[in-house]
Amino acid sequence: MKTLLEARGIGKRFGGLQALADVSLTIREGEVYGLIGPNGAGKTTFFNVLTGAYTPDGGAFAFDGGELPTGKPHRVVARGIARTFQNIRLFRELTALENVMAGHHIRTRAGIWGILTQNRHTREEERETTERAYELLRYVGIERFADTVSRHLSYGDQRRLEIARALATEPRLLALDEPAAGMNATETGRLKALIEQIRGDGVTVLLIEHDVKLVMGLCDRVAVLDFGRKIAEDVPAVVQRDEAVIKAYLGGGKHAH
Amino acid sequence: MDAETLQQLINGLVIGSVYALIALGYTMVYGILGLINFAHGDVLMVGAMTALQTMLFLMGVAPGMSPVAMLTLALLVAIPVSMLIGYTMERLAYRRLRNAPRLAPLITAIGMSFLLQTLAMIIWGRNYHTFPQLISTTPLQPVEGVFVTPVQIVIIVVSALLMIGLTLLVNRSRIGRAMRATAENHRTASLMGVDTNAVIAFTFIIGAGLAAVAGVMYASNYGIAHYGMGFMPGLKAFTAAVLGGIGNLGGAMLGGIVLGLVESFGAGYIERLTFGFLNSSYQDIFAFIILGLVLIFRPTGLLGERVSDRA
Amino acid sequence: MNELAAAVPWLGKRNPTAARWLILILAIAAPLIAWQFGRSWVRILDFALLYMMLALGLNLVVGFAGLLDLGYIAFYAVGAYTFAFLASPHFEVHLPFWLVLPLGAAFAALAGIMLGFPVLRLRGDYLAIVTLGFGEIVRIFMLNLNYPVNITNGPQGIGMIDPIVLFGWDLSQNLQITEDFAINSLFLYYYAFLACVAGSILFIRRLQISRVGRAWAAMREDELAAKAIGINTRNLKLLAFALGATFGGVAGCLFGAFQGFVSPESFSLMESIAVLTMVVFGGMGNIAGAVIGAFVLALLPEILRHIAVPLQQALFGHVLLDPEVLRMLLLSLAMILMMLLRPTGLIPARARYAHPENLHRSSQP
Ligand SMILES: Nc1ncnc2c1ncn2[C@@H]1O[C@H](COP(=O)(O)OP(=O)(O)OP(=O)(O)O)[C@@H](O)[C@H]1O
Ligand SMILES: [Mg+2]
Repeated sequence: MKTLLEARGIGKRFGGLQALADVSLTIREGEVYGLIGPNGAGKTTFFNVLTGAYTPDGGAFAFDGGELPTGKPHRVVARGIARTFQNIRLFRELTALENVMAGHHIRTRAGIWGILTQNRHTREEERETTERAYELLRYVGIERFADTVSRHLSYGDQRRLEIARALATEPRLLALDEPAAGMNATETGRLKALIEQIRGDGVTVLLIEHDVKLVMGLCDRVAVLDFGRKIAEDVPAVVQRDEAVIKAYLGGGKHAH
Repeated sequence: MDAETLQQLINGLVIGSVYALIALGYTMVYGILGLINFAHGDVLMVGAMTALQTMLFLMGVAPGMSPVAMLTLALLVAIPVSMLIGYTMERLAYRRLRNAPRLAPLITAIGMSFLLQTLAMIIWGRNYHTFPQLISTTPLQPVEGVFVTPVQIVIIVVSALLMIGLTLLVNRSRIGRAMRATAENHRTASLMGVDTNAVIAFTFIIGAGLAAVAGVMYASNYGIAHYGMGFMPGLKAFTAAVLGGIGNLGGAMLGGIVLGLVESFGAGYIERLTFGFLNSSYQDIFAFIILGLVLIFRPTGLLGERVSDRA
Repeated sequence: MNELAAAVPWLGKRNPTAARWLILILAIAAPLIAWQFGRSWVRILDFALLYMMLALGLNLVVGFAGLLDLGYIAFYAVGAYTFAFLASPHFEVHLPFWLVLPLGAAFAALAGIMLGFPVLRLRGDYLAIVTLGFGEIVRIFMLNLNYPVNITNGPQGIGMIDPIVLFGWDLSQNLQITEDFAINSLFLYYYAFLACVAGSILFIRRLQISRVGRAWAAMREDELAAKAIGINTRNLKLLAFALGATFGGVAGCLFGAFQGFVSPESFSLMESIAVLTMVVFGGMGNIAGAVIGAFVLALLPEILRHIAVPLQQALFGHVLLDPEVLRMLLLSLAMILMMLLRPTGLIPARARYAHPENLHRSSQP
């Protein structure tokens, strides 16, 4: 299978803390790739560096055959990488529909002049954005809340909305940061189905998750981070039995369900 | 060092120490609440005007009173009045807005600033008042061509003493520890048994007291006072706080002195630097330019630590 | 317009169409009503319309994009002084209105971008102070640039500015309809300004419900998340500053021409604060709010002036609070009380950034 994303020797340091150290990994097109590790292992930091929220101290990403710019989030999104946040970050005062429509920003072109004159192109584009947003809300299963202000949505629906907003950027790689956190078993089951559907529709998924069952059931391959280093990378069944991984989790403790 | 340079150095130190005193109030409140208390400069004005009112009263009832006693009494009135204003603002407005949307406390603070100015205008009118210069302003000439007035000496000494006092208070006392804990993290501090509301109120009160002293010194130095006198020094002190690294006490003091020096030297040389195009009426611009430059190139200030937005 | 109609008490919800007509009729009839109380009231209405433009422009920056700009009046000043430089005896230049207006707007926009660049990365509260500083710098230059070369004429300001002339039609002259019936120049200005305000509302409304409006809202709500969906926050902030400034610049040109005289006094910090209060009072991010806030807070001080002064004279025999003090008191209290009691503003409508009705309408055959 074709390589979609390649991270080469990524490093990131916060003061005295080495949050990522020489992390290299390869994600293939069409797979669900898991990124796991104990609390504070550097998973979210990896997302932040990948999506340009932080600049790495060293290393580089290759995406779809080209170098990825660092520290320029909008250019990264334009290239086709979208993310969600561990601690949901929606536009709280906007409705679900408006959140998703905002997500389509980067795929639209209308300029001030077009908006002022409401020319054909602008109107057409606006209609498409609205339609697509409805489609995506339906896709993640919250269409009935289209006009609800997003902060009034339930926790699970907010997570779904965040995924819909990310999908609206038309990504080729969707990076999800603990999407199942705080969900009950039913909700997690539905989330699993959603992620499978997203993969089925041709979007590669990079998944940070603590829920071992979900990771094992969904991921084609898994990488394990511990203290900023990659200590294992393989199919879930093998990773699960890896000595170093077991030790890291026992050492880190909290999440060895 | 030639006489002119020395003179500008002294002028800069004098005004700089006033800025530093005001900046301390900004920085303490910012450190604890993350709020720019826009009305802080106007508390200074309240201090100066109250002192003026007290002096005028005393001159009426006890014309023979010694200047030092009069000034002391004036301060003894002005400081508590300013503290009360500081406390009231916190209690009635800012406290209710602690969890409000981002811009709400700041907009309220701007409103407070203008409210205080308007109230002062109602009480004391629009005019400039002569501020009695109870400490002599006859210049001494320690070095040929360099002039220092006793007021200026008093300003530097008093500021230094207050700054030392505040540093001791924050670093050595119980309430100081509580202040530092609250600044670090409200939640943890209250879990450790700190009454954060009281600490925040105390911070406002201390800041207001310092501002009152600064106001009296400022007015004594220039010999005038009026309802809008707090605005510029307030803004400049804020600049000083940012320059030193907002939230950092040492930074506020350093920033104040540096700003005072830049202003004094800048005003002295601006005409030469711009070939006569700009003159010293542009003095007030320096603070803004410094503020802009600091925020662009070193937003954490001279002594501030780097803090980044967590993703 | 829809938002404005919805803001009409009682009627707005029951019959929006009627509310819309009511607003239209009121807007057209307002100067006629005001005339009954004296010509100065028509003049006050003219100024209220200028304030509306300012409030609409500032609302774009503060309400839409979430950037607290305390130096907004500087753009008004840039517009007004541009007009004064290019159409007055001061430099002996008299360019036509149609040329000066776009120039004033362009200079203001340029000033907006110049201010925007350095402050892009600043957090909300720093931004406020730096913009305030910017406003003050502009004012200091206006005050002092009469020496060594006289550019701004200093505190005296520039007078005898050319009036607005549209296609050879001078708005400063009463329009003679018949021998003994003429339309007062103040009315002409009123309707010209009304057209500008209406145009501004239309444009801003279109901006709000567009990819740009949504991107601003996103940036305002959560800058990091906005970046994560690919919004170029730098460009959008600059755009907000530039467009907001453009409105200020246009209003400034109109002001210069209408008043015939500009001086630094008209562009003090207090004016920036006044416009901000209008935005806050009506409700940040809300077009109807900006319009109503500007209307109320431009008129109220004048009404107070006419009521409070005689009242004080009758009660105390002299004036305790002069009108200017009353205005400041009103504005500062409005700002504080609004934030404490009703932070969403007078008009609590949630601003909308999408128009799904259009979708349904167009998808029906
Ligand atoms: N902006 C920042 N400044 C300083 N330190 C940071 C910053 N972001 C992350 N860190 C630190 O880097 C380390 C890795 O954090 P990260 O959030 O990547 O962990 P994680 O693997 O996502 O953990 P969790 O499972 O708890 O989400 C932690 O020790 C964290 O405190
Ligand atoms: Mg994490």
